[in-house]
This record gives sequence, C-alpha cells and structure tokens, in this order.
Amino acid sequence: MNYFTPDIECASYEKMRALQSERLTQTVRRVYESVPYYREMMDKKGVTPADVRTVDDLPKLPFLTKDDLREAYPYKLLAVPRSEVVRIQSTSGTTGKRVVAFYTQNDIDKWDECCARAIVAASGTKDDVVHVCYGYGLFTGGPGLNGGSHMLGSMTLPMSSGNTERQIQFMCDLGSTILCCTPSYAAYLAESVIAKGLRDKIRLKAGIFGAEAWSEEMRRDIEAKLGIRAYDIYGLTEIAGPGVSFECAAQTGMHINEDYFIPEIIDPDTGETLPEETRGELVFTTISKEAFPVLRYRTRDICTLSRKPCACGRTLIKMGKLMGRTDDMLIIRGVNVFPSQIETVLLQEGYSPNYLIVVDRVSHTDTFEVQVELTPEMFSDTVRQVAQREKNLVGAMRSMLGISPKVSLVAPRTIARSEGKAVRVIDKRKI
Amino acid sequence: MTIDQLSVFVENKPGHLLEITETLGGAGIDLRALSIGDTAEFGVLRLIVSEADRALAVLREAGFAVSLTQVLAVSLADTPGSLSKILRVIAGAGINVEYLYAFVTRKSGSAYVVFRVEDNAAATAILDKNGIVPVGPEDLL
Repeated sequence: MNYFTPDIECASYEKMRALQSERLTQTVRRVYESVPYYREMMDKKGVTPADVRTVDDLPKLPFLTKDDLREAYPYKLLAVPRSEVVRIQSTSGTTGKRVVAFYTQNDIDKWDECCARAIVAASGTKDDVVHVCYGYGLFTGGPGLNGGSHMLGSMTLPMSSGNTERQIQFMCDLGSTILCCTPSYAAYLAESVIAKGLRDKIRLKAGIFGAEAWSEEMRRDIEAKLGIRAYDIYGLTEIAGPGVSFECAAQTGMHINEDYFIPEIIDPDTGETLPEETRGELVFTTISKEAFPVLRYRTRDICTLSRKPCACGRTLIKMGKLMGRTDDMLIIRGVNVFPSQIETVLLQEGYSPNYLIVVDRVSHTDTFEVQVELTPEMFSDTVRQVAQREKNLVGAMRSMLGISPKVSLVAPRTIARSEGKAVRVIDKRKI
Repeated sequence: MTIDQLSVFVENKPGHLLEITETLGGAGIDLRALSIGDTAEFGVLRLIVSEADRALAVLREAGFAVSLTQVLAVSLADTPGSLSKILRVIAGAGINVEYLYAFVTRKSGSAYVVFRVEDNAAATAILDKNGIVPVGPEDLL
C-alpha cells in the first residue's frame, strides 16, 4: 500500500487529535488578532481564543456561512497582508457576487499536497502520466490536480476541458494513465473512445472524478468502459479546492485530510454537533491555511462521517457520499448554480422572476434549461427578435453562472404559480 | 397606406394555437388572413382581422403576448410574374423584406400580398413611383 505522507495518513487517533488541537488554537488566535470580521463574530458569541484549547472546544466557535463570505467580499476575511498572497481562485456566489479565496505559497503547497495524496491513493506514482481535463482558471479543479501531480513528480498534461478529439489523441499518443475530470465527462470520453475503436490504444489505469454527484452504477459503467478504477474526490473553493477529501482503493467513502481540515457534522436546523455515523450538514475548519482561514464553515452538503477502520490502512476520517444539500444549490456539469442567480439575471434584464429550471441527465451529460416568461410588452412580430432575446439571456446567464443554459421563452403567465413555496427547479436526474 | 396586423407569440405545444383562435372567435372577431413564422421552439402567429384594436384588447386581456404592427398590402394581378414585379421594385430600392404572406379575399376574389418592411414610408414611396398602390383596410373586407 502506498501513501504520499504515511505518518499523517496512518497516524494514530491520539496523534492526529493533538496535531489538530495545536493547529486549531494557533489558527483561532491568529484570525482573532488579524481579522476584525472574525474578532467581531467571536466577541458577539462571547468566545475568546483562550477558550479554544482542543478540538473539543470547536463547538464554542460561531459558524461561518456563504452569506458571511458575500458580506466579507472581497478582502474582509483575508488574514495576511495582501503582499503575501500569490493566487486567487473563485466560485460563484448565490446572487452574483462571487466567492474569492486567497492563497499564499504555503497554502498552494499544502493544497497540492492534498491532491498528491489523492493521486497516490488512486494508485499514482511519479511514473504516471496524469491527464487533467478539469477546467483551469478560476475554477479549482484544474489547478488543484495539476499541482498535486507536479508535487508527486508525475508527468502532467494540463489539458483543461473540452476538445474531446484532442483529449483522446493525447491520451493515446502520450499514454495517459490517470484521468482527472468530472464523472460525466469521463463517461462521455469513454463512449467517444469506444466509438472511435481506440479502446486498445489507451493506457489508462485510474480516474479521479469529482465536482459533481455520481452514482455507484455510473462508477461501474465508466470503470468497465475504460478498463480503470474510478475514485471520487471532494473539495470546495471556500476550503481549498479538490483534495479536501479523496477516495482510496476501498472505494467506500473519502478520507478527509484532517491534518489541514477538521470536519464536523451538525444538525442544520439547530446547529448542534452530531455524533459520527449520523447524517447531517458537513462543516469544516481549516487549521493550516494562512491567507483565507475559515472557522466552522457550513458547506450545506449533507453526509456522514465515519472513523471505522479502512482496508487501505489510512486512519484519516472518512465522509460518505453526499446525500444532498441543505440549500437549493444545484450542481450542473460540475458548476454550482443557485436559482437566486437566475432570478437576479431575469430582473436585471427586465423579465418576470417567475421561471422554471429543468435539469436532466441525457447519456451521462447534464441538460440545463431555463423557461422564462415573455412579458407582453417585450414581444413584437418577428421570430428573429424573440430568438435574439433568448440569445441575450443565454449570454447574461453564462456570465453570471459560468455555464450556458438553454433558454426557452414561454407565453406570459404560463409558468405555474404556486400558493406556497414556488417550484423553481425540476431536477429529473437520477443519481 | 398601411394595415394593422396582430402578432401573437405561440409556444410550440398542443392547444396553444387553439386558445388564441377560440379567444378571438368568442369575441366575434373575423379572421381575414393569417400566417405563422416558426422555429423549433416557438412561433409567431400573424393575423389580419376585422377589428384590430378590439382583437388586440381581447388577446391582451386573455394574457397573450401580442403586438400591433403596421404592414403593407398590395393587390396582385392573377398573372405569372406579378409577385416578381413587386419584389423587383422593392429589392431594387435595397429594402429588406422581413416576411410576407399572401391571401385571397372572399368578396372581390382578389389576391393580396402582405409585406413587413423596416420603413413603410420609404417602401410606399418606391411602390407609388412604380405605379403600385398599397391598399387600405377597407379594401380587404
């Protein structure tokens, strides 16, 4: 069995707790001193750095939410001088204001290390050819796996997303052995490889697939089609990016890099901390990040935590597959989409905020349609003008969301009005 | 001289067109001519009716996306090449035709072609110059 950092990944519970407690107290003291936003939150809750001495004191700290991140945009949570920051990454916020996360060089190194652990857990070594077709840029997927592969010393192919022809050509010509992308793109690539009759020309042995929900059936399907083992990976920009947790050969949940990120499961309604093996909302506290530390960040993801011994030998706590969200965020083709973002665009463009999002999955790829009501005043007499309106809306939504929906204009007042909570989303995907 | 045309947004789904015609029929409005421009997703129904203003109010009231547009209608001789003659005049003046459709009136049995152009005044002027006179709403009964 291979590990990238065996002394951490297989550390005893006591050693890990001691390390976490030490790093937690340092982090709390540092943010209290350097970030007024945190100091105010902690003062309000009547907790001082002296009250946090071990991991068990974690529940004393206030939660941080996505609303806080929006409130603090862009610099209010930055915990180092701006001159120490070497990188930002970003993800969409709930109403258009983006979440911007900052990294020092140390932060990048540790994030890379998390991803290197994930690649090793997926059987990677420095002799591998790591083919990264997550997007590069503000999205954390590409940069994260790219950095992990570098740190491991593997030959890294920074392919980024799209251009399937070229992906397959490089895969064949350069002998890619580990594929990193979203599971839906992996399924699409698998079908394309088979359709081109190139199944014998590829050298893939493993895949690291994250950023969207996928089923066990989809895993088996991709594994059979590409002749690989497929591993899940989890992460979020607010915490670091991919590599917050990763799957091992046991394929029974994702090991959390808990020397850097302390997980908790809470009751989303009461905020009360729940025991292991109980389903609830996942909360993270970063304990080694310099530029953008977060204390008790509510991810809104629902899952369980488990410390049952793992066949791989790692002692790192495991999180189960995500079971849903406590908010209305959708993940479409790996991109976070909030209905409120759609609403913001519609109001900006002068449409009625009565809309319907229809999401489905057709041959492993998400379809994304937004139905929007025309207002009587908007309509003239030409087909061209309506088509132009649809095109303009697609453009406005793409700049808000980062992906393009299909926009369908419908007649005024034809989208059902509901008495109580409006139905804004129909998600037909069976995952 | 221009005539009033109603344009109604039609979703591409069963029964939507019927709702429009029933709304008009229920209000006692007569259809003189109609045409549909469509894409895979939706259509635009264009109507020339007996009482355009009232039809507009009735359709608005019923919640349809509807607009009133001024279009040109020209009487057409029932001889080969008569449409080409008109189109040649319009094309020659560099005027773009957004859409057109033709119909025959019951009373006179004459054929008419309806044009939608960007600038009605310019098109009327050029037609006039070539001896072609756009008709008014009373001619279409």
